[in-house]
Amino acid sequence: MPAPPIREKLAILADAAKYDASCASSGADRRNSLKSGGIGSTEATGICHAYAPDGRCISLLKVLLTNFCIYDCAYCINRSSSNVRRARFSIDEVVKLTLDFYRRNYIEGLFLSSGVIRSPDETMAEIVEVARRLRLENSFGGYIHLKTIPEASQELIEQAGLYADRLSINVELPTDEGVMRLAPEKRPQTIRRSMAGLREKLEAAAEPTLRTKKRSRFAPGGQSTQMIVGADTTPDATILKTSARLYGSYRLRRVYYSAFSPIPDSSAALPSMKPPLMREHRLYQADWMMRFYGFDQREILAGRPDGMLDLAIDPKLAWALDHRTIFPVDVNRAPRELLLRVPGLGTKAVKRVLASRVHRRLRLEDVGRVCQSIAAVRPFIVAEGWSPGGALDSERLRETVAPKAKQLELF
Amino acid sequence: MAIAAARLATRHTVRLASQTDFAGWREAARTLALNGVDPADISWTVEGHDANDLFAEPAQLPAVPADAELRVPRRFVDLAEAVICHSDPARFGFLYRILWRLQREPHLLSVATDPDVRRLEEMEKSVRRDIHKMRAFVRFRRIADEAGERFVAWFEPAHFIVERNAPFFVRRFTGMRWTILTPQATADWDGTNLAIGPGASKSDAPAEDAAEELWRTYFRSIFNPARLKVKAMTAEMPKKYWRNLPEASLIPDLIAGAEKSAREMIERMPTMPAPHHQTVQAKHWKNRPEESETDGAAAASVAELRKAAAGCRRCPLWRDATQTVFGEGPENARVVFVGEQPGDQEDIAGKPFVGPAGRLFDAIIEDAGIDRATTYVTNAVKHFKFEPRGKRRIHARPNAGEIEACRWWIDHELTLIRPDLVVALGATAAQSLLGKAVPITKMRGQTVTREDGLKVFLTVHPSYLLRLPDEAKAAERGRFLADLKAVKGLMG
Ligand code: SF4
Repeated sequence: MPAPPIREKLAILADAAKYDASCASSGADRRNSLKSGGIGSTEATGICHAYAPDGRCISLLKVLLTNFCIYDCAYCINRSSSNVRRARFSIDEVVKLTLDFYRRNYIEGLFLSSGVIRSPDETMAEIVEVARRLRLENSFGGYIHLKTIPEASQELIEQAGLYADRLSINVELPTDEGVMRLAPEKRPQTIRRSMAGLREKLEAAAEPTLRTKKRSRFAPGGQSTQMIVGADTTPDATILKTSARLYGSYRLRRVYYSAFSPIPDSSAALPSMKPPLMREHRLYQADWMMRFYGFDQREILAGRPDGMLDLAIDPKLAWALDHRTIFPVDVNRAPRELLLRVPGLGTKAVKRVLASRVHRRLRLEDVGRVCQSIAAVRPFIVAEGWSPGGALDSERLRETVAPKAKQLELF
Repeated sequence: MAIAAARLATRHTVRLASQTDFAGWREAARTLALNGVDPADISWTVEGHDANDLFAEPAQLPAVPADAELRVPRRFVDLAEAVICHSDPARFGFLYRILWRLQREPHLLSVATDPDVRRLEEMEKSVRRDIHKMRAFVRFRRIADEAGERFVAWFEPAHFIVERNAPFFVRRFTGMRWTILTPQATADWDGTNLAIGPGASKSDAPAEDAAEELWRTYFRSIFNPARLKVKAMTAEMPKKYWRNLPEASLIPDLIAGAEKSAREMIERMPTMPAPHHQTVQAKHWKNRPEESETDGAAAASVAELRKAAAGCRRCPLWRDATQTVFGEGPENARVVFVGEQPGDQEDIAGKPFVGPAGRLFDAIIEDAGIDRATTYVTNAVKHFKFEPRGKRRIHARPNAGEIEACRWWIDHELTLIRPDLVVALGATAAQSLLGKAVPITKMRGQTVTREDGLKVFLTVHPSYLLRLPDEAKAAERGRFLADLKAVKGLMG
């Protein structure tokens, strides 16, 4: 059988990669090509070069090296029992495609993953070789994200970190039981130990060595992970608990939540439905609360006996409605931590409030200029000449501040 | 940067050399501000764009008073350099007004709630966004010319950003020859030099590039029809950019077909496993060694015991930790040190006593003259118990139930090693070894003989020293060292 033309391979191997949520190209060190005379640069934040109609950013060429796989994970389109069409790129094909796309400014770089063929080490070695050829043979300075195969050898991981900006290992599902049920060949223990191994290497590289006083290079963009949401019955409380554990344990830059999406030729073990996009969105908001607003994972869901985030309103607003006694917060006096708990005030708005109030007493319209919507913030704050009065105790507060039902429809 | 100003009664007209003539604006603004000219008395125009002032004869700006100084925050200069690129014709006067106000309100820029500051920041943001979108949406097409290959793009920015943005493209595409054509200006890089030229028109740009078909294939394939979210797309990739994006022509069809594709994915019944599936299963997974599921009771060596403990589920602590951290050291050790539980670093490394407390412990037993290589170190509880706090983990004390569950392992370790002496480091270890809570600070330095004859020496955990303030630390270190010297004595 002749090998399919490159275009067909690209169609198959991009399709095979599209269920992976992470596409970020941030966190790399700053680089440019002025010295090397090659191509490629990375700046503080990555660039989204296009958006697909699913609203997701296209920043990297996200493909699999091959979608042949010896694993049989029920949720994955590439599992060995799936009847999907298979293809395999050669190393040079991926290198060329990356460079061709990059030169035309379509992408920030490459996100390379692969089905596991023959053995984890053989597969990982090919992934690393793509990155090596890009960096060393083509002076490529763009972003490279490599998916790490948990069972691969330490030497290969070491090399991957030398060329890649970011490495990631997917925890796949929020609980070990889920992994064992839906990905029977995967070992949650091994996945954790690999993430721990990455953290060790990342920390070791961040320490300047005694002799050269320089840091060694190991994935300056850190590590991230992804878990699928909605493939089993795990409640949001457990998902957030897992995230909190992952952030704390392995110093992840990001945990990505991927609403389980139906796949063609799906496994009978899985729900057949549209992906729970609103749930995914609420989880990202809750994740944000943990990372930037100082909420503990347990606080976020304290008022929800079923352990599920309210789909109708933002979890920060839900928390505020459940904790009305701490409000209203005085924007002219309250400490940063408290301001961050006000629904509608983000980190930037809080920063501006803090900087401005040194110079003048803030009125409601002042706050209105630094936040998205003063209507959402108003009931929860006191400002010069403004107090919410009885609004906070009102039975109808939720209706006043919650977005109208129409805006909730995602479809 | 020719600056010409005309004086009409009290009015001043400044004519800038170009739309982005920051140096010209700066010098005029400085001069005018130092002369105390009110913002309302100045008109700002750009060479070639000042139809209204054609009759105005350019005149000199007033002279700058001797040793007059004008100070502004650095941030204002940064903001002004960006805002100069904005397409709003009122920007020059607006920037002057801010400069004017800064002389009276030096902290103005920190007052993010001030309407002028808001507007300034909004304008800067709009320029920044345009710059960002240009970096995102420029699409080069490859052409071949006499000198080899060249990449050419046509782009339509909203503001006057080409010159400001060109260095980015130089940094990124150093090794290419490229040209970006826009209606206002052209940036050209020949591999060594950057040249900014006059505007161009779309017909100057090449028409096709073979790679675009591959790019469209990618765009089509990476889209998941089950997640259609058109608004999220257009918010970030507004339609005004579409006409210059090769992939955008696909969007209407992808949207129209999404519902049907998604329904088909959902409705398509699971089929029979692919033919090669059985072969793969037989070849790779049939004879895979299972992780040990024994409870270790029959283990004949510490190595076997360690293996069994790797899969331990006797208490819930395995759930959040990375791995079981088992004891380490020679099987014929005469003394066994028992700590509380692995900490953050032990959990990551999978080895006991490697974190800060472990390093302190190493240093002190060396001082006590004990050779660590002859000792066995382990913990009462083998999984790390913690509370996550952002990017860190805060140690949590194991409870009685967890200590009891994990005694299974320490008991077996001791049975296999049969040491002369066990040293309990801290209350948890003492509780595990003696089966009950003991007041460790009161009993430290004592040796308790268990019913089975095992001698247990009691002392504190080295992490206790780490938590003390510096003055107290030295004294406590001394006491701990004395305890370990006593251990050395007992070892004979
Ligand atoms: S702490 Fe001890 S008893 Fe609990 S699971 Fe871990 S090894 Fe088993």
